Amino acid sequence: MGLLDKKFEHGGIVLTSTEDLLNWARLSSLWPMGFGLACCAIEMMSTYASGYDLDRFGVFPRGSPRQSDVMIVAGTVTFKMADRVRRLYEQMAEPRYVISMGSCSNCGGPYWEHGYHVVKGVDRIIPVDVYVPGCPPRPEALIGGFMKLQEKIRSESLKGPLAIRKLQEASTESK
Amino acid sequence: MTGAEIKLRLEELCKVQGLLEDVPDTNPFTLKVPKEHYLAVCQALKHSEGLYFDQLACLSGVDLGPESGLMEVVVHLSSIPYAHQLALKVRLARPADPQEETEAIPSLSGIWRAADWHEREAYDLLGIRFENHPDLRRILLPADWIGFPLRKDYREQEQYHGIKVIY
Ligand code: SF4
Repeated sequence: MGLLDKKFEHGGIVLTSTEDLLNWARLSSLWPMGFGLACCAIEMMSTYASGYDLDRFGVFPRGSPRQSDVMIVAGTVTFKMADRVRRLYEQMAEPRYVISMGSCSNCGGPYWEHGYHVVKGVDRIIPVDVYVPGCPPRPEALIGGFMKLQEKIRSESLKGPLAIRKLQEASTESK
Repeated sequence: MTGAEIKLRLEELCKVQGLLEDVPDTNPFTLKVPKEHYLAVCQALKHSEGLYFDQLACLSGVDLGPESGLMEVVVHLSSIPYAHQLALKVRLARPADPQEETEAIPSLSGIWRAADWHEREAYDLLGIRFENHPDLRRILLPADWIGFPLRKDYREQEQYHGIKVIY
């Protein structure tokens, strides 16, 4: 992970920026909310289990949205479930992330045309950070999704978007 | 007991000579029962010596389409001690309005408890009403859903709780 893979010497002092430290802490302990919606959830469970062992990325499911950092929407989001998914997302504390796992939650999947009961993509009700394609995606793909999310978090900034834009403007002006 | 024997026995027990029609080439043996005799026939099937259909294996609704103006309820029964099976078909009128529930047919939940949820499903997806059902409400779809999705002329609602339904 770049930060703590070196030996501590000279009194064990590490110099880093607050941003890097926070991002590193966040991306190394992504706790997803423990729930699954359909067949994709089976694949998600096997990713958690010993064969693929998501634990080694600091990822393990929590029983409550209040303790979760990331929501894996693994499966078919029906209209009946949509209200609940939205409610659970709202109950999660910031910073929160969403991984949409599988065709169903990406876009409605096999229910695109005749699924009167299926929301055509979970991004119609909550914002999604990473989409994992597949029906269902293999565990490797879900792990890939987590790594993408980690990449995203690694480049996060404490500055608000407005401050970043101002900095960018200032730098282009000075050139 | 063979299908033909069951039919004879039923006609005798319920005094419905000539009213039960068998459907050819079906497995299990299938009888069409008029709506008025549906409940009595089922009661006889459950409680009569030699028949003793103690298990309701399945109850489903079928929409035969707007042209026919008919709906059907299909009941699959089996008897565990006698190891014989039977299917029943009951027809009822189909409302032209896709939003409207059908006329009521008697609920079997008083005879077989298993009928309870099966009938709720038929109600939820096809809008078939069951008389004297202890708790007839939707079982799969949310309570505020509009329409019955397995009707041939079903049209989805535009929005559900602010989410677009049709694309
Ligand atoms: S994407 Fe495929 S595997 Fe995943 S929930 Fe939908 S149907 Fe099931």
